[in-house]
Amino acid sequence: MKNASETESRKGRKSDLAQAALISPMVLWTLIFVGLAFLYIIGLSFMTKDAENFGVKLEFTFDNYAKLFQPMYWQVLKQSLLLAFYTTVICLLLGYPFGYLMSKVSVKWRGLIMLLVIVPFWTNALVRIYGWRILLLADGPINSLLKTLGIIDKPLKLLGTYGAVLLGMVYALIPFMILPVYTNVEKMDWSVVEAARDLGASPISAFITITLPMTVSGVLAGCVLVFVPSIGLFFISDLLGGAQDLLAGNLIRDQLLKSRDWPFAAALSVMLLIITSALLWLYRKAGGKNDMSIM
Amino acid sequence: MKRKGIGGALYIALILLLLYLPMIIVVLYSFNASTSRSSYAFTGFSLKNYTALFNDTRGLLPALGTSLRLALYSCGLSLVIGTLGAVGMVRRKFRLMGAFENLSTLPIMIPEIILGMAFMSLFSFMGLQSGMLTLVIAHTTFCIPYIYIIVKGRLAEMDASILEAARDLGANPRRVFFDITLPLITPAILSGTMLAFAMSMDDFVISFFVTSTTTTLPLRIYSSVKIGVPLTINAISTLMLVAVFLVVGLRTLITPKKKPTK
Repeated sequence: MKNASETESRKGRKSDLAQAALISPMVLWTLIFVGLAFLYIIGLSFMTKDAENFGVKLEFTFDNYAKLFQPMYWQVLKQSLLLAFYTTVICLLLGYPFGYLMSKVSVKWRGLIMLLVIVPFWTNALVRIYGWRILLLADGPINSLLKTLGIIDKPLKLLGTYGAVLLGMVYALIPFMILPVYTNVEKMDWSVVEAARDLGASPISAFITITLPMTVSGVLAGCVLVFVPSIGLFFISDLLGGAQDLLAGNLIRDQLLKSRDWPFAAALSVMLLIITSALLWLYRKAGGKNDMSIM
Repeated sequence: MKRKGIGGALYIALILLLLYLPMIIVVLYSFNASTSRSSYAFTGFSLKNYTALFNDTRGLLPALGTSLRLALYSCGLSLVIGTLGAVGMVRRKFRLMGAFENLSTLPIMIPEIILGMAFMSLFSFMGLQSGMLTLVIAHTTFCIPYIYIIVKGRLAEMDASILEAARDLGANPRRVFFDITLPLITPAILSGTMLAFAMSMDDFVISFFVTSTTTTLPLRIYSSVKIGVPLTINAISTLMLVAVFLVVGLRTLITPKKKPTK
């Protein structure tokens, strides 16, 4: 008896060791380059700006966080959270029907549509935004088309507007809304909806009282997956927007590279990190997973 | 009912068209004969942008080379680290595993700019010269989660009884791994690596912060298109799009089909 349990525990220890050996590269990598990096910017955000010594003085301060509330910076933060919000709402309004309708087409077509939605993930985002830049130029395809049709005589100013930035954001992020909604609708139990219809519910009320609540986790997942990255995509406002369309991402970049105010850039990042972590926590709470098998 | 079906199909087609419109335009304009610096109107068909690309006036090809090398190094590293991690993690739980998983997948969950900022300050603190090394570290960090998640997903849905059977028949753990587990997860490893490769080739935001003189292709494209519409960019973008379509096609072929839904 004693012998058996001893071998058992030795075996256990041996496979513990094996497990430790397997995961140690990933654990080390993560601790150093993710854990340490984040600890460092959190620390940095409480330090003082200095002209020398990597631009930082070891002097504890809350000033960087107080600075966030200065009207000039607060405005930018508010503006980019608002843009993220608009982006999410538009993605939801356009992406939900898409995901829903997609689950209704035949399996053969579904595979193809799925592939077409996924391919943009793989292509360079910069290249795709650049395509919009060409489209929106004063003598680009959209303006020429409108002119040929006689709808306008002078080219419209499309590039360098808030609308163009919003368009770019929605465009870049809509697949992140479509995919979770689709997976959710696809595995829904339609017999419940049929039952409601048989009991006299109109298609609209069946949708509102049954389909929508049953797919709310997909909607939530989509909203988080759209909202979170939209905060940081500074190249979209760079390439499509004007100087007035400054976003949190642009602000961090400028603080780092132009003003060289690293502690303030760190405070900005930490604040965005807190906002996104809260959203991700909500997302997990709602049953969201890191599921990427879909891609 | 029939009319509703057609309306739905039209809606899907319209959104897909919008999704592909910019890519179509990039490809179309790569054949634009226009040489004007002030006007970007399409004036006629020509291959001059491709010859200009290969005569290389903007340093695009060296940047492409850098990007390919970078993707190769970081995918190689993250392939090993991520796969080992997934194999080690799936077997048994340990304390703090959930917290560790959250931390290790954080790089692909948060806005990229935060990671870029964090790397930039950490590397300067560590005294690492910005260049290929910092790029490889940064890219490996966000490539690991892609491979880890995909491989672990495959391992988790694997039938454990096959492994048990092999063990009962006397195979040692190493043999079980190389003869059974590895062949079964190879498609997942490949598909994870391809995704990581694409993400590395695509990355602009993080690279922007961790390098100064070493220029990757997205960085080069960004600095060229910020001002105008240089058509050689269209030529190289077209080639990249073609490559992506080939890779995605290949990946669909090797990825095992999911069971059709009930």
